[in-house]
Amino acid sequence: MSRVLRGVRPYGEDAVDIVIADGVIAELAPAGTGVGDVIDADGLVALPGFVDLHTHLREPGREDAETVLSGSQAAALGGFTCVHAMANTNPVADTAGVVEQVWRLGQVAGLVDVRPVGAVTVGLGGERMAEIGAMAHSAAEVRVFSDDGKCVHDAVLMRRALEYVKAFDGVVAQHAQEPRLTEDAQMNEGELSGRLGLVGWPSVAEEAIIARDVLLAEHVGSWLHVCHVSTAGSVEVIRWAKARGVQVTAEVTPHHLILTEDLVTSYDPIYKVNPPLRTAADVHALREALADGTIDAIATDHAPHPHEDKDCEWAAAAMGMLGLETAFSIAMATMVEPGLLTWRELAQRMSVRPARIGRVRTQGHDLVVGAVANIAVVDPSAVRVISATDLASRSRNTPYDGMELPGRVVHTVFAGTPTVLDGALV
Amino acid sequence: MKHLLSAADLSRDDAILVLDTAAELAAVTDRSVKKLPTLRGRTVVNLFFEDSTRTRISFEVAAKRLSADVINFAAKGSSVSKGESLKDTALTLEAMGADAVVIRHGSSGAPHRLATAGWIGGSVVNAGDGTHEHPTQALLDAFTMRRHLRDGAGDLDGLHVAIVGDILHSRVARSNVLLLRTLGAHVTLVAPPTLMPYGVESWPCDVSFDIDQVLPGVDAVMMLRVQAERMHAAYFPSTLEYSRLYGLDARRMGLLPAHAIVMHPGPMNRGMEISADVADSSRAVMVEQVANGVSVRMAVLYLLLGGMKEEI
Repeated sequence: MSRVLRGVRPYGEDAVDIVIADGVIAELAPAGTGVGDVIDADGLVALPGFVDLHTHLREPGREDAETVLSGSQAAALGGFTCVHAMANTNPVADTAGVVEQVWRLGQVAGLVDVRPVGAVTVGLGGERMAEIGAMAHSAAEVRVFSDDGKCVHDAVLMRRALEYVKAFDGVVAQHAQEPRLTEDAQMNEGELSGRLGLVGWPSVAEEAIIARDVLLAEHVGSWLHVCHVSTAGSVEVIRWAKARGVQVTAEVTPHHLILTEDLVTSYDPIYKVNPPLRTAADVHALREALADGTIDAIATDHAPHPHEDKDCEWAAAAMGMLGLETAFSIAMATMVEPGLLTWRELAQRMSVRPARIGRVRTQGHDLVVGAVANIAVVDPSAVRVISATDLASRSRNTPYDGMELPGRVVHTVFAGTPTVLDGALV
Repeated sequence: MKHLLSAADLSRDDAILVLDTAAELAAVTDRSVKKLPTLRGRTVVNLFFEDSTRTRISFEVAAKRLSADVINFAAKGSSVSKGESLKDTALTLEAMGADAVVIRHGSSGAPHRLATAGWIGGSVVNAGDGTHEHPTQALLDAFTMRRHLRDGAGDLDGLHVAIVGDILHSRVARSNVLLLRTLGAHVTLVAPPTLMPYGVESWPCDVSFDIDQVLPGVDAVMMLRVQAERMHAAYFPSTLEYSRLYGLDARRMGLLPAHAIVMHPGPMNRGMEISADVADSSRAVMVEQVANGVSVRMAVLYLLLGGMKEEI
């Protein structure tokens, strides 16, 4: 059976009918001529399904915050067709058994490709390398390894991990945070942290690790991926490294493209996140870097937390915010509307590049005949008011509650099958 | 004004009103019956997540002198240490009908959260939060300076005040910088660079690393407690070196102008930031600061809970 996305505009260009059959794009027919079950997409924009390199699905261990199923639902509603599930679960995803469990739960949910990320070190302890090879050779075929939430701060261990993953074309995704410089850190270190009496998280703690790691990657000829870049200084280091030929890629979160540290003045822990919200100058530098390709991808760092972990005083609160269901709107508002990225370029940042970084062969295809039909259909002219309680995620910790955001994901097609139609799960 | 969370909440007129009210209320303390009926039937809760007998007693005495019912709620362990959460504690107090909650908390911003999260309806008074602020301490310091240096009336225009010590971790310093500025005084912070907050250059005050240079030009010097633990965190090499470079001893006291006073929010580390002979000298006004603390806190509770001025 074939389906037709009727009258859709790939990358915002001329309207066509995208005919989908057997899980792939079978034909790009003139608008109104495609044959099959019609999905009305008149005037909407089609983009390759989004690929998230950085998602916390919380299962196993914190099913009160999110599950593979609820996270997959949130992802599909956000236009994603693939997510990378971070390793900081309980138990930690540091063995073939745990990554296969997460992978299977993803298969059962069947809404997106759930690609487990393996831990670099046992229990994220930063001391002994986890069984990276076993995870790579498991059914989950892990390619991205990260201690996200913690930094692989030991230089020798980082070097070994960078070298070790070369055997199966893997990548180490570093959470760059020098631990001693960030003990008890609560927010960006600056004039505001001094005034609010909150322990600062200095940008140098991120930049120093990135600088070390790009030099290590160059030295051992490995490939490094940098998670959630948050400062202008980090951008400069990565730009320098890329110019030098170092194999480094980087991601930025939607919230670091729009929110700034002054929100912390409210002491509302909804704004508590790691790395912390930075300054307007950092936001500006991150947008520029995403536009010029210094930063390769948008990755959500979707971090669900139960309400009680945010409904408290700042220091007691958990770090992190939801991202899957708002990522497209933020990307559109910060990058497309101001003219920093075209739709084609946004597709690179949200789908093509992250799929390549994650080594996901079936994702990030251009919208051409023969491509796997992973498609996000969006309405750029829509405006919606975000409501935390209406999200599919089990948690409510979105910083955008009550905010009016532009753009809306209307349909999502995953491997040829619609997962979302008219903004609702199928 | 409903809450007192930060010294920055106070305009010059607000601050002077508090100080003037405190001056009137201080007179009550001199009567044989030290009590006013103003807050009869009102409930003030002292919610202390950190031990601070001094501040707690000061608020307790202040509330009792205004005839309020006082409940002392020593919450051991915040939600950080998995005790009862701030929210549940707040809901409990709300259910008990607290008109004002005086909160001391180890986490910066906790009073702000208590006042704005919608958990309680009463007034919130910040009695010290983390390394953020301690506005009633700043008010009592201003009150003390006004008595000694400005005949007990008006603002503090033209005064020069040095605040010396662990500025980085001091809520007293933050509140004082804000309030003294509002009242027209000029502040110089003195500390080793490691104990200065990041970005202090943009604060409305001067910064110095040399106490000897600052002392001859000040009207008041406020010494802050420096905890020995800071030494272990490598903020300075030894207590001896700290004391030598930044402590106030008799020689340094001699650098002060004749009229200048010596202040300390307490508790003092004698021999560390202040020598015993300075602490016990006639220039030291620490005991008076404690007494003034009661008057100022009476004024704050009185004004927040809407007492009538005519009743004094």
